[in-house]
This record gives sequence, structure tokens and C-alpha cells, in this order.
Amino acid sequence: MVEVAVPMSLRFRADEPADEPAVSLDAFLDQPNAFSVRIEGGDDVRRLAPALDRLKLVEIDFPRFRDGRGYSSARILREMGYRGELKAVGDVLVDQLLFMRRCGFDSFGPNQTIDLDVAAKALGEYDYVYQQAADGRVPVWKLRHG
Amino acid sequence: MYRYDRYDQAIVDARVEEFRDQVARRIAGEMTDDQFKPLRLKNGLYLQLHAYMLRVAIPYGTINAKQLRVLAHIARKYDRGYGHFTTRQNMQFNWIRLEDAPEILAELAKVEMHAIQTSGESIRNISADQFAGAAADEVCDPRPWAELIRQYTTFHPEFSYLPRKFKIGLTASDNDRAAIKLHDVGLQVRRDEKGEFGFRVLVGGGMGRTPFVAHLIRDFLPAGSICSYLEAILRVWNRHGRRDNIHKQRIKILVHDLGPEEFARQVEEEWQAIQHLGDDMPLKEYERIAAYFTPPRFEQGLSDDLDLSDPRFAAWVERNVDAHKQPGYAIATISLKAIGGIPGDVSADQIDLLADLAEQYSFDDLRPTHAQNVVLPHVRKADLYAIWQKLDAAGLATANLDLISDIIACPGLDYCSLANTRSIPLAQKLAERFADPARQLDIGELKLKISGCINACGHHHAGHIGVLGVDRKGTENFQLLFGGSGAEDASLGKIIGPGFSEDGVVDAIERAVEKYRAIRTDGERFLDTYRRVGSDPFKEAIYG
Amino acid sequence: MKLLTGNHLVNGYVIWWTGEGWSRHVEQAVDVADKGEQIAQVEAAACRVNNPYVIDAEASANGPVPAHIKERIRATGPTVRPDLALKPADASAGSYVI
Repeated sequence: MVEVAVPMSLRFRADEPADEPAVSLDAFLDQPNAFSVRIEGGDDVRRLAPALDRLKLVEIDFPRFRDGRGYSSARILREMGYRGELKAVGDVLVDQLLFMRRCGFDSFGPNQTIDLDVAAKALGEYDYVYQQAADGRVPVWKLRHG
Repeated sequence: MYRYDRYDQAIVDARVEEFRDQVARRIAGEMTDDQFKPLRLKNGLYLQLHAYMLRVAIPYGTINAKQLRVLAHIARKYDRGYGHFTTRQNMQFNWIRLEDAPEILAELAKVEMHAIQTSGESIRNISADQFAGAAADEVCDPRPWAELIRQYTTFHPEFSYLPRKFKIGLTASDNDRAAIKLHDVGLQVRRDEKGEFGFRVLVGGGMGRTPFVAHLIRDFLPAGSICSYLEAILRVWNRHGRRDNIHKQRIKILVHDLGPEEFARQVEEEWQAIQHLGDDMPLKEYERIAAYFTPPRFEQGLSDDLDLSDPRFAAWVERNVDAHKQPGYAIATISLKAIGGIPGDVSADQIDLLADLAEQYSFDDLRPTHAQNVVLPHVRKADLYAIWQKLDAAGLATANLDLISDIIACPGLDYCSLANTRSIPLAQKLAERFADPARQLDIGELKLKISGCINACGHHHAGHIGVLGVDRKGTENFQLLFGGSGAEDASLGKIIGPGFSEDGVVDAIERAVEKYRAIRTDGERFLDTYRRVGSDPFKEAIYG
Repeated sequence: MKLLTGNHLVNGYVIWWTGEGWSRHVEQAVDVADKGEQIAQVEAAACRVNNPYVIDAEASANGPVPAHIKERIRATGPTVRPDLALKPADASAGSYVI
């Protein structure tokens, strides 16, 4: 798969980005010194469990924006305790950013330009959420009952 | 019924503004149709044959007068004076302009309504027993659970781009009026030996190209775990459901491919992994919601007597009125299947009348059913006659509940861009052929369902007699199926033989009905006779 | 003959390519021959049409008649609500649908 030059990057982390290209899941598990991995739609991210400590960057690919497997992969990683960078790459559109943030993504490498003003608006659209997810936002049911 | 608090209202209001922006960006050309389509579908906006179509959610089939009046208003102001009740208890408007959609959603939001996730690859409206809170045969009112699940599944971020649509059906009775076995997930509320509430969980039902009856994957799930368990089900499917062939992406295909035992095992495994995360809503939240569903203030000591001296009223009571758990009360079903009418369609004026009747006679509560009728769940028997008179004056008093003319029909090729054939004219011809009330009563219960294409929005697989429209070299052709049922005895109809023209299938159905009458034993419905004798006698009668 | 059709982006109406623009009336539709896809792309990109596609039609004395019943219904309106048809006053307008 040809890597398209990423025209832009959106990142919600204060630390420095990992400076190692992400390798496939199989390659990563075979290379004890690697710290960046790229997850494809069908990969089982739970295979990363023993390697979480060394992991700095997980890129999750969205070959088509309608392929929602990456949302589960992201959330599972956060549930496992992964705190490194979680980046959504590929066919990522501004209207998916909020759901992706909620699933634990904290950076984005879309293959088309995203208007940053539209992105900011999209991310701030909802004051309240119904469910707990990976972003730590307090769900409405908790607000109701303390 | 449930009332929004400020959080619910804020969420719906934010959705309206978000969609307003998205529509503006689409109209300005900042998004292609390909990019915009999933977004508008998440707000119930289809592009159909003649215009955009908006599907408004009527959560678990419960609506009040104020909301109904807004639907009537939308029909008049933004549409062409009518709406359509669907087989998932929602309402559709067929003539919507994209530029009006945000304003329509804003008007709906003011009365706590929306079109969220009513189409697209979303978790759709939860359907529920239309007799909830009124029938004696339920363990509790299932609707508080439906509301809890509705909130849990609204804008769930992990499941925003599922392989395909996802439909949940809910009942709290062994008599399944909600067809839960033909849903992606069917939930039956029950109690265990200790009296604790829980769910029987069925997964993998559905109609369409590859119909299946749902499989039992968990006999008793403690009620408080329903959200995390649903999350496990959805996650297993989101991760492993097929994404390569749109006809193979429903959860029923995954359940079938893995086998129900393996599917259940994977769900249990996932559930074990996530149970401790605290995603479940606490009992207090259930109780908060349930407080909106306490029984209405029924009058006590009312008489169960009814003056049935008016024969037309008596006929309506006989067919359309069911027993209520409270003495002196009844459940009244209003048939939207007038002979020669359009199944499920209601004019704005009729919607206003339904609002008035619900408000005046039924504790402000109306229930659309998946059979495209509506129910007044809590009427005093003493009021039945007055109600019937008003219905009669408005053409809404057809006494045909569950009779052969109580036909479920999708909109079909008259409205729907997916259809192969029209369904409504066929429904009209069939209703006219069997119009004679005495003949209908003699035939008895016969659930006839028509779909204009394999997507099965008319639920033809679940019809005692089902009709499926197919395209045969550019002409409309109709296949006949027998033996389906959406009730607790769920079964899928079987095609009886080669297809027919529109007039041909009317004749074929008549021959089948006459055959049934000739060979039935005492008390047998058409479905029972078919199950007893099989297809051959009917094939013989139809094809000679 | 080939016709190009679609829906108006903003109001959702069924529209037909006339050679110069879009009309609600199929009688005004022109034969796009093999140019349909090309025109469709330009028009969709300019947001003058949503979901355009090419269909087969036969010429007739009253203008093009779409070959498939679905397109004839799109051209005239729902057969079960003649009052909502494109030309409700013209009783013969939909006579070719079925």
C-alpha cells in the first residue's frame, strides 16, 4: 500500500511525536526494540498486551471512513492501559473526529486536508455524552446521580 | 412516558446544530454526497424516489399528543399533508427538502423528538411491545429498559461506523408482540427464581436477503449488565463482522458463520474483559427512568360491561379491542388499513385526531405498532363507544385487526428507490378482493405482509402469507411465501412456487385461502393448517 | 436513447438533463448518448444535482419514455397518489407508467 504524503497532522498531546516509522503488528512483535506499530482493520490489538510498556505510537488505519473497526481497536488499547499516542490515519474526515477522540485517539493523520475551524467546532459540539468511553468524559448518568 | 432532562435536551439540541452545519457544508459543496450520505442517514434522511424522505424516531413506539401534533404540523408545513407509520414504529415523511431538514429537526427537538440513528449503519430505533404497561401477561413494563438502552446506544462512539444496521427488539412477555426473534438482538425481560430481573438475550435474527430466526445466546443476563453485555455483542460484531460484501454484513451472518455457540463464547469472553470498566448504568438510573413509566392513575371499580347493541361497534370491539390488566379498561387498536387505503398512511388531520383521542381517552399515550397500526393502550371501556364513533367518522374504524385485510406493506416502488415492485396497489387489490367483513371473519387471523424487494421492510418472511416483489426482466413479479411468523413461535415463510403477476398473486392467494377453508380443522388459523399439512395441498390448489 | 437523471440537491425533486440544464419534466430530457457520465460528474461537482445516473429510454410522440417502470414512476409520481403526481391535473400524464 503506497503511503500518501500526509498533508496535515492534528495532535492533542504535549509530548514529542515518536520518530520511528510504524511497522506492521507482526513485525513489531518480532522486533523487541520497536516502539511504533501500525494496526490494520483486521488486526487484533490485544496481541499488543505484553508490549504495552515499550509502545509509544499506535497508528490505526482507516482504509475507508465507513470501516469502523478502528474505533474498537482504539478503545481496547485504552482499556488495556495504553497511554501512548494513538493516531487515526487514512480516510479520516472532520465529522469522525469527535467519535475518534472519545475512543481514545489523540492524534490524526488524515489523507485529506481538514479545515481546522470546522474541526474545532465539531469537537466542541456536544457538552454532554451518554456513555463512558476512553476520553474520560463523565457520562450523563453519572452527572445525574453523582 | 419519559421526559427529557436538561442533559437529554442539550444533546438533541446539539445534534440539530451539528446537522445544520453539515447540511450547510453539503449545500456549499464542501462535502461530496459520498461523505455526506452517512451523516444524513444518521439523521434519518434518505434520498428516495421522488424526494428526500425523513424517518422520525418514535422511541420504542410511544408518543404523546403534543408530539403527534408536531408530526401533523410537519406533514402540513414541510411535506404533503400526511405521514407513514413504519414497521419499526417510526414515522416517515416522503417529500422533504434537504434545506428544510435542519429546521424540521429543530421543531422536533422542541417536543423531545429526533431522527437520530433511524437509518444508515446505526443502532436503530428500539422496538417494543405495543401493549407495554397495559397487558396482563408481561413481567413488567419493558419500556424503561428500552429508554435506558436508547440513551446508551445514542452516539455511542465505538459503534458509529458499524458494518451494517442494528435493530433491537424488546418484550417483557412470553407472548411476543414485538417480533424480537427477527431482530439483530432480541431481549425478553424476565425474572429468575429469586425474582431478580434479567434478560433472555437472542442474537442474529433478521429478514432480508438471508433471513434468520435469532439464536438464544444467554438465557438470563442480570438486568443491570445489559449495557456492558450489549457492548460486548456490538464489539464482537464491529471487529469481526464482514465488511467486504454489503449483503453479508449483518450480525446474523456472523452468528451463522461462527455458529451460535462460538459467537456466544466470544461475547462472554469480551464481556468478561469489560465488565469491570463501569460502563453499566447504575440501578438508580434505571429507577429514575422507570419513575416515568409508573401505571397511570386508573379509576378503580369501573364496570367491565359493554353495550354491544350497535353491530358495527360490536364488530370493532370483537376484533380491535384487547383485554387490559386493569378492570374496566381496555386496549384499543386503531387500524390504519382501510379497505383500498394505503397501509400505515395517515393524513395530518387524522394525526390530529389520534392526538386528541390519546390525550382525552388514553392518558396521553399512543403506540404505533410494527404492523403499521396504532394503539390506545389505556381506555376506559365506558369510553370505547365514543372513541369508535370518532374513529368511524374519520375512516379509522376498520374492524380488521390481524385479519387478511390488515396488510403490512412497505412503501414499495411508488416511493422507494430500492424497490423492484410496487406493494401498495397489491395491498389495495387484496383488501378489496377480501373486503367482505363476514368473509374476513370466517377466514380468521391471517397476517399478510408485502415487501417490494428483498430488503423485507414489509416483513414478508414473517407473514402467514408473505409476498415478495421481484424484477422479472423489467416487469413486476410477485413471489408467494407461506408459513412465516414473527411471534414467539417465529418461523420464516417458504416460497410456494413460481411467481405471479400482480393480478395473478391476488388470485393465487384467494385459491390458497379457499383451500385452507376446505381442509382446516376446528380452530385452526391459516398458519396452523399450513404447518400441519405443508405446502403440497396449497401448491396443488394454486398451480393445479 | 439515454437520459441523465438525478435529484435536485436542495429540494430533492427528480430532475432530467435537458442539454442546457435540469428540468422536472421528462419530456424535456435529451439523449445524452455516451456523454452522460461526463455531464454527471460536472453537474454533481457543481452541486447542481445529487446522485445522477444514466437510464435507458424510448422516444415517443410525447417525449422520452423511460424504459424501466421505476424511472417512469420517478417521472410522474406515486401511482397510488395521483393527486401528488407531477401533473395532477393531467389524468393521462401517468398512463404510460404501468
